[in-house]
Amino acid sequence: MSREDYEVVIGLEVHSELSTKTKIFCSCPTEFGGEPNSHCCPICMAMPGALPVLNKKVVEYAIKAGLATNCKIANISKNDRKNYFYPDLPKSYQISQYDIPLCTDGYVEIETENGTKRIGLTRIHIEEDAGKLNHDEYSRGSLVDLNRAGVPLIEIVSEPDLRSAEEADIYLKKLKSILEYIEVSDCKMQEGSLRADVNVSVRKKGTKEFGTRTEMKNMNSFRSITRAIEYEAERQIEVLEQGGKIEQETLRWDEVSGKTFSMRDKEDAQDYRYFPDPDLAIIKISDEMIEKIKSELPEMPENRRERYIKEFNLPEYDSNILTSSKYISDLFENAVKICNNPKAVSNWIMTDITRILNEKEQEPNEIPFSAEQLGELVILIDKGTISSAIAKKVLEELFENPRNPEEIIKEKGWIQISDEGAIKEVVLKILEANPQSIVDFKAGKDRALGFLVGQAMKETKGKANPQMLNKMFLEELNK
Amino acid sequence: MELYELTVHELMDKLDRKEITSEEIIKSYSKRIEEKEKDIQAFVTTTIDTAMEKAKNINRENSKLAGIPIGIKDNICTKGVKTTCSSKMLENFIAPYNATVIEKIENEGLISLGKLNMDEFAMGASTEYSAFKTTKNPWNLQTVPGGSSGGSAAAVAANLVPWALGSDTGGSIRQPAALCGVVGLKPTYGMVSRYGLVAFASSLDQIGPITKDVEDAAILLNAISGHDEKDSTSVNLPKKDYTQNLVKDVSKLKIGVPKEFFGEGINEEVKTSVEKAIEQYRKLGATVEECSLNIANEALAVYYIIACAEASSNLGRFDGIRYGYRTKNFNNLKDIYKNSRSEGFGAEVKRRIILGTYVLSSGYYDAYYKKAQKVRTVIKQEFEKLFEKYDVLITPTSPTVAYEIGTKSNNPLEMYLADLCTVSVNIAGLPGISIPCGVDSQGMPIGLQLIGKPFGEETIIQAAYTYEQEIKFREKYKPEFKM
Repeated sequence: MSREDYEVVIGLEVHSELSTKTKIFCSCPTEFGGEPNSHCCPICMAMPGALPVLNKKVVEYAIKAGLATNCKIANISKNDRKNYFYPDLPKSYQISQYDIPLCTDGYVEIETENGTKRIGLTRIHIEEDAGKLNHDEYSRGSLVDLNRAGVPLIEIVSEPDLRSAEEADIYLKKLKSILEYIEVSDCKMQEGSLRADVNVSVRKKGTKEFGTRTEMKNMNSFRSITRAIEYEAERQIEVLEQGGKIEQETLRWDEVSGKTFSMRDKEDAQDYRYFPDPDLAIIKISDEMIEKIKSELPEMPENRRERYIKEFNLPEYDSNILTSSKYISDLFENAVKICNNPKAVSNWIMTDITRILNEKEQEPNEIPFSAEQLGELVILIDKGTISSAIAKKVLEELFENPRNPEEIIKEKGWIQISDEGAIKEVVLKILEANPQSIVDFKAGKDRALGFLVGQAMKETKGKANPQMLNKMFLEELNK
Repeated sequence: MELYELTVHELMDKLDRKEITSEEIIKSYSKRIEEKEKDIQAFVTTTIDTAMEKAKNINRENSKLAGIPIGIKDNICTKGVKTTCSSKMLENFIAPYNATVIEKIENEGLISLGKLNMDEFAMGASTEYSAFKTTKNPWNLQTVPGGSSGGSAAAVAANLVPWALGSDTGGSIRQPAALCGVVGLKPTYGMVSRYGLVAFASSLDQIGPITKDVEDAAILLNAISGHDEKDSTSVNLPKKDYTQNLVKDVSKLKIGVPKEFFGEGINEEVKTSVEKAIEQYRKLGATVEECSLNIANEALAVYYIIACAEASSNLGRFDGIRYGYRTKNFNNLKDIYKNSRSEGFGAEVKRRIILGTYVLSSGYYDAYYKKAQKVRTVIKQEFEKLFEKYDVLITPTSPTVAYEIGTKSNNPLEMYLADLCTVSVNIAGLPGISIPCGVDSQGMPIGLQLIGKPFGEETIIQAAYTYEQEIKFREKYKPEFKM
C-alpha cells in the first residue's frame, strides 16, 4: 500500500479567549500582560471561602459564537467542575461545561479546491483559562502567575470532518475570521488567545471506521498545526505500513525537530471527576435572549463577499481575500467611503499592504494607520497630486509614522510636478543630454522613449507627472 | 448578676438605657474568658485586646447592636485575624478579605471576641477532630460539646461569648446547640451568604446563629441574612424582621411528627423528653399529628455521598502552593501535593476526601453520586408533601445527649449516626432550629428540632419562642462545669 491509499481524519478542539472586559467568575480585568499576579483577587486566586459568580457577557459571547456557526443554543445549561491538580489551576478544578454545553450541532463552511465543504461542530462550551507557570532559572523552580486564571474561554469542538492539513488550516482561518467578525475574541495567537488541540488519525480509503487517534495539545500557530498534522499522518501511516499499531495518546509537537513525541503520562491517566458546580446556578437562556443576540449579529464574511462582488464589481478572488479578515474588510470599506475607489483600495491592500505586513511579520490588526489615511492616499493619486511611485513611499511612511498623507508629501516635498512649463524644462534638459536616444527613437526604437521618461523621473526624484512627461517627450521627438 | 450572664437583648436594653457601656460588657467577658476558657477550650484565637479598643470607639447611633460582642466559628474568613478551620493546613492562614457575614456584623458594630474551635474543616460531630484542642461541654467537662460548631456552642453555654456564628452542613449548628443546652438556628439554604465561609459541602453549607435564647437568634438572623451578589446561591427576597415573630402563640400551628425519628438509635430519655415537649405544644393549642418521612433512613447515605463528593473537590485548593501548610519533605511537584496534604489534613478529613473522590470517579459516579442526587430530589419531594399538611415538623435534634470524650472518635460510623436527625434538613435546604427541651437523668441537656418550610423561619421562630417561654429552660437549668 502507499500513502495514496490512506485518508487522514482530523478533528480540532479550538480554545479561544473571549474579549470580555472582566474575567468569567470575578471582576478582575482580562487584559494581557501586567505585573505577575496583579490582575487577581481572592476569587481567581482560589482563596478559601471565595465563590464564583458567572459573568453574563461570557454566556452572551458564547451564544453569539454558536449562532454565527449555526449551532443549536441550549435553553438550560450548567457549569461543571473538572478536577485535577496543577499549580496553574488554583482551585484544583477548572469550571467548565461537561454534558450540557451552551451550543451544539453547528457547522462552518469552508472553501476548498473541490468547492464548499461543511465542517460539523459538535459543541461550543464556556470555561475558565488557567494561570501561567514561569520557569525561573535562578531559583530553579517555577513561579505561578494567575493573571490569566479565570479569563473566559470558549472551546469549539469540531466533528472529525477534516481530511487534510490544508483543510484544517482553512477551517481554522475561517473560524478565526468568524470570531473576529462577531467581535467575541481578538484571536491573537501570539498571546495565546487562540489555541487548538489537534486530533489526528488515519484509515484506509473506503473504510467507515476511524483509526486510533493521537492528540496534540495547545498548538498556537497555523504553521505548526499544518506541519504537525502532516508529520503525524505520515508517522501513523508508516507505523501501520510496518504492521504496527497506533497508541491512543497525547503527543507533544516539537517545532525545532519537526517531530511529535509521546508524553508518556499514561500511568497518570486522568479521571477528571466531572460534577455540577454547586456554587453556581443553572444557566437559563430564554428564546427572547437568543433572538436578540441573533438580531444583533454583524454581517458575516460570506455576505460581505457577495456584496463586494455586486456592489463594487470586485473579482471573487479579491473579495475573498478582503473579507477573510474583519480588520482588513473594515479597513477596505472605510477607506472606500473616503475615496470612492474600491478597485484602487483593494489593489493597495492586496499588494503593497499585504507585502509590508509579510515583511514585518505582522497581523492585519497591527496596521498602524487608519482607513481614512488610506482613503486619502488614494484620493491624492486620483487627483494626480502624487504618482503611484510616490504613493508607495507615502505608504511606507504611513507604516512607520502614521499621519495625514497630505502632510507627509508636503513635509517630504513629494508633490507631483504637473506644471507644463516645469515639465517642458525637464524634457528639454534630458533631450539635450541624450542625443543618442533621439536618434534611436527616430530609428523606430520605442524603448528610447521609456528611457527618456525614466531619466526625467530620476531628475525630478519621481515627482514629475509621468503622463505629462510621456506626452511632452512625444511632442518634442515628433517635431 | 454578671453582664456575661445576660442575653444579647438584655444587654441591648441596658445599653439603650445607658446603664452600661460596651467597654464594661467586653471587660466582663474578658474576665469570664480568663476564668473559664482553660476548662472549656472553646477559642482557637482570642481578639480581646482589639475588642477593647473597638468598644472604646463604639458609635451606637446607627445600630442597636453596636458594642455587643460575638464569637465566630473559625471557618468564616476574617481579614487580618487567623482563619484556621481548626486544621494544621491553615494553622497560620490569615485571609486577605472578610466573609460577607463578617462585613455585615461589623457594619452593625458587633465586636468579635475571637475565633471558635470546630472539627477540622467542619467535618465531625464532637469537635474532637480539631487539630488543636478538644473543646469541653460546660455541663460536664468530661463530655463533648457536639460539633462541628462545638466551640461556638460551648462558648455560648459557658458565657464566654453572648452569642456566636456557626455553620451547619449536616447538623453542625443544631447538634452542638442541643448538646450544650443553647439555641441553634440553621437558616434555609440561600438565606445567608456563604461568601467567605470556607467550603465543606457547597450545596449544604449554611451559616447561622448559636444563641442563649430564641429572641437572640431572631436578632442575629436579621443581621446576617439577605441577598449577596457575591454568592450565586444566595436568594434575593425582601428583607424580613424576625423579631416580629417573637409571639407566644401556636394555636393555629399544625405540627407533624415524623415517626422515623423516634425509632431505633434514638436514646430513650431523649425520646421521652421530646415527646413531652410535643405534648406541651398540644396543650398550648397546636394541632399535632404523627406522620411519616419515608426516606429518613436513606438521608444519611445521601448526605455522606454528596457532602464528601463536594468536599473532595472543595478541599483541592489546599495544595501547598499558594497558602497554607507546605511540606518540608519534597523533591518534585507530586511530593509537594502528596506530602503537604498527607501531613496537613487530619484523618477524618482524609477519610472524607477519599470517599468523595471515590464516589465521583468514573465507573462509580452513576452508582453513587448520581443516584444520591436522585434520592436527594425524592427527599425534597417528601418534605414538600409533608409541608402541604403541616407548618412545622418536630424531631429530636440529636439521637443522644453529650457523651464522654474519646468514646466515639475512633468509630467514624457511630459518629456519623449523630447526624441522623439533622442531615435531611440540609439535603432539602430547609430551615431548622434546635432549642433545649429538658435534661436527662444525668442533668445533660436535650434538644428539640423544629423544621420549617423553605424560608419558613418566621414559623419555626414563633413555634420555638412559644415553647421556650412556656418551659423557661434557662431559668431552671445551668451548666455546672462538672469535672
